[in-house]
Amino acid sequence: MSDSQARTFQIDFMGKRLIAMVLSAIVLAAALGSLALQGLNLGLDFTGGSLVEVKLAEKVDPQTVRGYLVEAGFTNGTVQTFGSDEDLLIRVPPQEELGIAGQVGLGDEIFVALATQYPGIVLQQSNYVGPAVGDELAEDGGLALLTALLVVMLYILFRFTKQFSVGAVVALAHDVIIVLGCFSIFGWTFDLTVLAALLAVIGYSLNDTIVVSDRIRENFRRARRGSPVEIINEALNQTLGRTLVTSLTTLFVLLALLFAGGEVIRGFATALSIGVVIGTYSSIYVAANVLLVMNISREDLLVPEPEQDGNEDGSFP
Amino acid sequence: MRNDETNSQGTGEPGSTLLGAPSRRGPMNVFPAWKYTLIALVCALGLIYAAPNVFQPDAAVQVRALDGDSAVGAADRAQITSALAQADIDVIGLEDDGNSLIVRLAQEGAQLSARELIAETVNADSVDYVVALAQAPTTPQWLQDLGGKPMSLGLDLFGGAHFLLQVNMEDYIAGVVDNSAEGMRDTLIDGRIRFLPSRNWIDGQTISIGFRDDETREEAKTALVDYQDFLVQEREVAGDFILRFTLTEDKIRALEDRAISQNLTSLRNRVNELGVSEPQVQRLGRSRIVVDLPGIQDSARAKEILNKFANLEFRLEALPRARKSQIETYEYEGRMQDIMRRNIVTGNNVQDAQQSYDPETSQPQVSIELDNEGGRKMHASTKDNIGRSMAILFIEQKPRVRQLVRDGETIEEYYTVEERRLISVATIQAALGFSFRITGLGLREAQDLALLLRAGALAAPMYIVEERTVGAQLGDENIRRGWQSVAIGFALVLAFMIFYYRGFGLAANVALTANLTLLVAIMSILGATLTLPGIAGIVLTVGMAVDANVLIFSRIREELKNHPPQMAIQAGFDRALLTITDANVTTFFVAIILLSIGSGPVRGFAVTLAVGIVTSMFTAILVTRALVNLIYGGRKLESIKI
Repeated sequence: MSDSQARTFQIDFMGKRLIAMVLSAIVLAAALGSLALQGLNLGLDFTGGSLVEVKLAEKVDPQTVRGYLVEAGFTNGTVQTFGSDEDLLIRVPPQEELGIAGQVGLGDEIFVALATQYPGIVLQQSNYVGPAVGDELAEDGGLALLTALLVVMLYILFRFTKQFSVGAVVALAHDVIIVLGCFSIFGWTFDLTVLAALLAVIGYSLNDTIVVSDRIRENFRRARRGSPVEIINEALNQTLGRTLVTSLTTLFVLLALLFAGGEVIRGFATALSIGVVIGTYSSIYVAANVLLVMNISREDLLVPEPEQDGNEDGSFP
Repeated sequence: MRNDETNSQGTGEPGSTLLGAPSRRGPMNVFPAWKYTLIALVCALGLIYAAPNVFQPDAAVQVRALDGDSAVGAADRAQITSALAQADIDVIGLEDDGNSLIVRLAQEGAQLSARELIAETVNADSVDYVVALAQAPTTPQWLQDLGGKPMSLGLDLFGGAHFLLQVNMEDYIAGVVDNSAEGMRDTLIDGRIRFLPSRNWIDGQTISIGFRDDETREEAKTALVDYQDFLVQEREVAGDFILRFTLTEDKIRALEDRAISQNLTSLRNRVNELGVSEPQVQRLGRSRIVVDLPGIQDSARAKEILNKFANLEFRLEALPRARKSQIETYEYEGRMQDIMRRNIVTGNNVQDAQQSYDPETSQPQVSIELDNEGGRKMHASTKDNIGRSMAILFIEQKPRVRQLVRDGETIEEYYTVEERRLISVATIQAALGFSFRITGLGLREAQDLALLLRAGALAAPMYIVEERTVGAQLGDENIRRGWQSVAIGFALVLAFMIFYYRGFGLAANVALTANLTLLVAIMSILGATLTLPGIAGIVLTVGMAVDANVLIFSRIREELKNHPPQMAIQAGFDRALLTITDANVTTFFVAIILLSIGSGPVRGFAVTLAVGIVTSMFTAILVTRALVNLIYGGRKLESIKI
């Protein structure tokens, strides 16, 4: 394992780029299709409404609890278990006819109604989000995603070339859409923490893409022969070890979060785990593929850049 | 030329200057002593400032005076001590920081009963103190002297309630325009300045008054000079001379600022009485207010207090000769009561209000003390009206929402319903002064009214648009799970690095530990609040921070194929630096975007992500390098295992 020869990869990544392209296209189409037809299972943060989480002394059937709630007059709530059989999540959509004060108090009323049936009950959390706030959070979230993509595009344009810039953004959009698609297809709840995870996916995938791009640029400048496909292949193989190790350590901690972090953080950990896997793939196949599609050549990269040439100042520290 | 350039890059530009001539430059991969010292110093500081987070806080009860300034008296202190001793509650410390008293308890389980007991003791006669549950830090004195303090825990980890309130500015502005128009009319009538009769002065945010000639208009303009909130314009329309008062955008903003700051003051006073040790009330954006109540026990009560908008008006009974436009009619005890439209004083003139009991009837009552202006007005109005009745009007505003379809889009509109009722009509026996009592309310109503009058009126109505309450039990669970996942993730990464990189892995692990320590230290110094997404950010930082080391190590491995070990180490670090910087700078951008646009959980995550990037760059580049230099630097190496 510690022999340096063992990690010299010779994989013809770009030879299979057409297969990868088709694969990406199919997955993207499935993700977009599901997003268009089924949409996302938006959480309370975005839809507004009330949510109550309670812990009961013993195992109960959610349907029984729902029955009690209907008896008590809460007819349009959903009841589901949350993590364990003793934990229940009760969600009620926005109810305009109650007025603000009525809606804000809904969570308390539900808790009181349940407390008469289950004496050992504990209120874990109670949330109310007004409809206007929900819309705003959704808008801000979308804005954050787009701004992040734009800033990244500009920075890479400034540091690399337009091919790399487009490649990175296509790769990021690819990752974000697929993660969103997974949430849509499996009907997982999409809330604010998942949105944060999505932005973290952008950060992470970008990290990967830049490391690979950096190496591709370096190899283009160094190599005197070889086709772009060969040069890119060499760069991908050189960075493969690092790409896999980093993805692995990140996945370790994400799995720790997924299995030990509890229900609240589960959506976040799921989104990031998928994002890390997809991000690793996209930095190899999507970003590099775009470079080839956009006909990158050595001449594009030979513009002297002080940051690259000046390794004298790279003698830090 | 071009070939030469690429060629020199191919063999490593620094190689010719630095790597190629190690002998002339002294031993390779050795830092000067000051650099090691500096790195060690930063790490030591990190350790010191991260340390306070290790000490578990004591369960405590905080007692502070309601007015916020005065200290807890020695007599009250003694009473507290003896009451707790009688109830067998062990006190391990009593600290007075000048404006509050912290009572440290030996057992966490005794916290609730201790608070009850202390509240009963110090507030036996009247409500003078706020008694709140608190967590007293157990940071050793020498750490505190250095400015060390633990991170505060967010509501999701500590338990508590978070509210987002929307101030109804439209209603407020409309009210200001309305009142101003009324006032202008009164001023003109009092000053005998004749204006043209017009049914409607108000059009949106503009008040227009017509006059017969320019002279009268000039006179009116001088008389109405006090209405500084408005932009004054002169117009001539169809021979009439018009004075236009308009609220400009600037003026509206100034009004909004004033309304928000008055609401903030009132809310702060209100939540102060809820028994929370560190309540937060802050403005958010143009018309919102955030209220955070960590550790609150009764969030339903908090909601009631926040949502209440109640006021009082004192008015005289209408005399039979009063004109119809001057009177309003309300039901009181089954009959219709006519009262004057004009009020004598309102709740805004109340200086202090306390709920107590009428000694004769044992009915709840509210004792009210007026401020100077209120007392003067009250005295002036009542001394000439002895024998006439005075009515007290209770005004409560309740927020409501309705759906409207505008431009084909369904939108929500918030509006306020005002409920007014007479709570008392009593004959004025003598001229009233600064203090008097109000009866005729239920106990809860009396308590709430006293609290609301004491806290000061809200300038503009508000309603809750978001609420998040987390129970203490879930908070504890979140902390436990959060740290558990940090520990598991951290252990997995450490084990993997040792397994994969051996000696270099050890250096990376020390750097990773330093990274975690520095991250916690900086968060503590910044006074950041730790939330569950924040912990997730820490976990993610741990996973991603090794990336820089992995980049360096893989580069060293590659360089080993063409260079001797020392040169490979040097080149590996140098080459990887640029890549690391590029990758981290972009991720940092993403963190900043999250921080500026995101809210709540997103921000908590973004803060740790941003700080984590900074610390991981420091530790991966400098700390790892220092360790590698200490282990391998300056020696003759035949081969290294990496």
